[in-house]
Amino acid sequence: MNRLLILGAGTAGTMAANHLAKALDHDWSITVVDRDVDHHYQPGYLFVPFWMDPDRVVKDRRDFLPGRATFRQEAVRLVHPGRRQVELESGDLLDYDWLVIASGAVPRPDLVPGMADGSLWREAVHEFYTHEGATALRAALARFDSGRLLVHVSEMPIKCPVAPLEFAFLAEDHYRRRRIRHQVDITYVTPLDGAFTKPVASAELGGLLEDRSIRLAADFAVERIDDERRRLVAYDGRELPFDLLVTVPPHTGQQFVVDSGLGDDAGFVPVDKHTLRSREHERIFVLGDASDIPTSKAGSVAHFATELFVDNFLAAVEGRPLPNSFDGHANCFVESGRGQALLLDFNYDTQPLKGAFPVPIAGPMRLLTPSRANHLGKLAFEQLYWKVLLPGHRLPVTAHLSMAGKKPAEEH
Amino acid sequence: MPTNTLNGRSFAVDEEGFLTDRDQWSEELATELAALIGIELDEEHLAPLRFMREDSARTGVTPTLRRMQTVGGFDIKALFGLYPGKPAKKMAWLAGLRKPVGCV
Repeated sequence: MNRLLILGAGTAGTMAANHLAKALDHDWSITVVDRDVDHHYQPGYLFVPFWMDPDRVVKDRRDFLPGRATFRQEAVRLVHPGRRQVELESGDLLDYDWLVIASGAVPRPDLVPGMADGSLWREAVHEFYTHEGATALRAALARFDSGRLLVHVSEMPIKCPVAPLEFAFLAEDHYRRRRIRHQVDITYVTPLDGAFTKPVASAELGGLLEDRSIRLAADFAVERIDDERRRLVAYDGRELPFDLLVTVPPHTGQQFVVDSGLGDDAGFVPVDKHTLRSREHERIFVLGDASDIPTSKAGSVAHFATELFVDNFLAAVEGRPLPNSFDGHANCFVESGRGQALLLDFNYDTQPLKGAFPVPIAGPMRLLTPSRANHLGKLAFEQLYWKVLLPGHRLPVTAHLSMAGKKPAEEH
Repeated sequence: MPTNTLNGRSFAVDEEGFLTDRDQWSEELATELAALIGIELDEEHLAPLRFMREDSARTGVTPTLRRMQTVGGFDIKALFGLYPGKPAKKMAWLAGLRKPVGCV
């Protein structure tokens, strides 16, 4: 009997369980560990502050796991790669032959002084990267009708790096619809050198913030929040006053990854970026946000990577060379407000592409240009996520980035 | 890809002037680049750049300011003192690495 152990039943862990349940013979056992039973549709967090019912984004994890998998509800304490065991909080030990770590990334508001430990937390300082935070922000946005709103990214990497920008566009639209846009001053605050950091995106989309009268504070490396004076303070001495701060806290990997000595300084597991195999332990693969691959921490990346991972895993088990090389492919719908969205498509080496994304049936979707179809695509994705993606059915898009119908940025 | 030439040295850069080939970097080049932005590179300035070079050779990415602090042991405030305004970007540029980016 071969034992496969999967840590985490989120997007990547659930997909991996379903794909491998189909691919592995019955002399394999599959065990999935998670500390709770709530699977959250995380892209929905963006909409919860505006209109989406918070209950709608949560379903029971167990309903999405394959029938042959055993689900164990408990937190992980340590991984012992040397003896191929995982130690749970209760002290129970689970033996494995192969381990998949899919434990994600965690927002850490405790890492910025004055954030989680400040008097304004969940009062005037909010986040939308947790169910609790998005729900609290919904009430705060409904109350807030004038003053300075900061939409802030603490540092990279974060999950879904475009989400804060989307939030800024949606907030702008929210106040415009309420006809009090003139009373709300919105600033997008980023540690990077602009809202759009890649030349092609900044050329195509650079005007979007200005068009919506959203201010930009770039190169802003946050040092702390001054709760008393309601200011966001940067290392270079800049201070931004706020009445409502919507921040994206720094992210790290899970504590058990750090405690097990498997993570880098931020708790992400170093892997070969093309195979997702741990650099240190050949019996460990890392899927989704938990790894250190240099691309966005996003569901689409987890999806494409997991599809390619399956063949690599089967080869690794048989001692064959790994056949598939992941190229970092990501594609994301980016809400731009006013009922429109953009579609981004890129990988490790390619800047976001222009042109059209060929989708069978639904027809091509325009890349890097706001359109109604893209917005509807983003909304429709929620159903695809639960019904197609998680169960491990193939979507009619390729895991590798394809150039068909798309235009690369012109070289200068 | 465009090529820049400075005091007789040629090096490939991206659209924004960041080196694209880490092997074309040298401390001499960094010193000359620094002069263009009004910084005189001394040992104190070079220490974080050397760390960034070594670290990125292992990880494949430019280290974040937090990583400079937690792994490199540099004080973030001190880095702002050495490279006023935009230390992450300035240091990446001088170290011959890619600037920190998001996904767009």
